[in-house]
Amino acid sequence: MVARFLTGIGGVVLAFFIYLGELVMLAAESVRSALTHRMRWRLFLRQMVDIGLLSQLVVVITGGFTGAVFAAQTYFQFNKLGVASGVGAVVSAALFRELGPVLTGLMVTGRVGAAMSAEIGTMKVTEQIDALRALAVHPVDYLVVPRMLAMMVSMPLLVAECIGFGLVAAYFVSVNLLDISGPYYVANMVRWTLMRDIIMGLTKGFCFAILIVFISCHKGLNSREGAVGVGRATTEAVVNASLAILISNFFLTMFLNVIFPAGWQ
Amino acid sequence: MTTAPTIPASVAVDGRSNLRAAPMIAVRGLKKRIGPQDILRGVDLSVAAGETLVIIGRSGGGKTVLLKNLIGLMQPNEGEIWIDGQSIIGLGERQLEAIRRKVGILFQGGALFDSMTVEENIAFPLREAGERDGRVIERKIAEMLEVIELEGQQKKMPVNLSGGMKKRVGLARAIINQPSCILYDEPTAGLDPVVSDSINRLIRRLQERYHVTSVVVTHDMKNAFHVGDRIAYLHEGRIYFHGTPAEIQASPDPLIQDFLIGRAALAD
Ligand SMILES: Nc1ncnc2c1ncn2[C@@H]1O[C@H](COP(=O)(O)OP(=O)(O)OP(=O)(O)O)[C@@H](O)[C@H]1O
Ligand SMILES: [Mg+2]
Repeated sequence: MVARFLTGIGGVVLAFFIYLGELVMLAAESVRSALTHRMRWRLFLRQMVDIGLLSQLVVVITGGFTGAVFAAQTYFQFNKLGVASGVGAVVSAALFRELGPVLTGLMVTGRVGAAMSAEIGTMKVTEQIDALRALAVHPVDYLVVPRMLAMMVSMPLLVAECIGFGLVAAYFVSVNLLDISGPYYVANMVRWTLMRDIIMGLTKGFCFAILIVFISCHKGLNSREGAVGVGRATTEAVVNASLAILISNFFLTMFLNVIFPAGWQ
Repeated sequence: MTTAPTIPASVAVDGRSNLRAAPMIAVRGLKKRIGPQDILRGVDLSVAAGETLVIIGRSGGGKTVLLKNLIGLMQPNEGEIWIDGQSIIGLGERQLEAIRRKVGILFQGGALFDSMTVEENIAFPLREAGERDGRVIERKIAEMLEVIELEGQQKKMPVNLSGGMKKRVGLARAIINQPSCILYDEPTAGLDPVVSDSINRLIRRLQERYHVTSVVVTHDMKNAFHVGDRIAYLHEGRIYFHGTPAEIQASPDPLIQDFLIGRAALAD
């Protein structure tokens, strides 16, 4: 009984490390390919449009409403303590450090990660990946590298956009709806938003980009058994990438706080 | 009863083809298992440069699996494969690219890129080979469309093509870079007799004009006799019989005769 339990645990742990190993191999192959092979600019631009341009509405809405609701809730609490003008500082720190990158990451996972694994998975089960290979085109060069680079460029920008709209919405709610004094709000916000907050937010965005693209492409490239398999791959990609973002977010926070300790800038 | 004939490296074939000594494709003792199923159980093959070998065999007999092994899309469990004098066993994906540039393959289902139009599919290997001149690409696309008799269809997406049209686009994509060796997986299945005949002629023309080495997998005996210098019968994972079209027709073996005339075994 105990032995079987331990074997079960062992199997799960082993499978997890094999999975991690595959992800690292895919990442290594992609980076090597990006550095040593001809870049397919057309594919990169198409991915930039798909990922960067077409994700904006989602990201703007996410950022805007999160900023708005966070400002309102903070105000309700802070007003009781008589420090309502501090709302801007709190909202800004939260958006930069946590809400902006994490929510953007989750939304991009749902929108872009799912599409990546579904598209690549469909190509896999309809022999299109085999056709690429037979035509001497490495699937990593053709499919993964353009997506990787487009994600690396887009995600920090999308995170910045999300934060920007969050700040604007928070300002609007605080000043226009909740009667906080505008100049005080802005002064507090600027005073308490540091360079390290901005760097942390964008760094997290970049790291989440890497997680999303490799988890999604890996699931796509390894999907099998027809439409059901592609569906399963897509679901798993979204779940795994979302969990990876939430878990890694904690460690990134701890790590980045060591690199940029309080008082830095 | 099955026998596994070993084929000498230089195969004597009838006078139809021009042969050099070294085989373009050589396979020894190829075994492939997928899951619990032994699909190939020791295939020996040799195709001389410029020769067309036809592989026939029952549906589900492993012909497609054999072709995929030949260009490294599947790795065999045992055995040896040489393409143009180079062993491909154990080569990585990047190392296989040089060999794959010499070998074109027509997939059974076409395997077209469904996000690209017909002409983009056809031009794909050209662009990947570094061709940038728009006029050259356009001229070659037009040439290919004429060969596969799909003029005027170049803007269509693969989902909007019939099965036979997909197959012909796949054929154009396989041959546009003029590989020295072409693997055809059922080139005439699902085509009407007229187009079938023109595909047969195309395969022969490629062989006669460009000395292309071909492996043609087919169920279509007319196709097999038309294009084949030699015919090999894949049965239960081995090459059960191989010989010239005349030899196979003259074979008294009931298994082969059943296949040739399309008679179910044990019919009463
Ligand atoms: N990827 C795969 N996974 C599992 N089994 C497979 C796979 N590919 C092929 N097979 C099995 O291998 C056997 C041979 O298949 P293959 O496609 O080579 O047959 P075939 O001779 O080409 O048949 P047909 O003439 O109908 O195309 C079949 O039993 C098939 O189920
Ligand atoms: Mg087949």
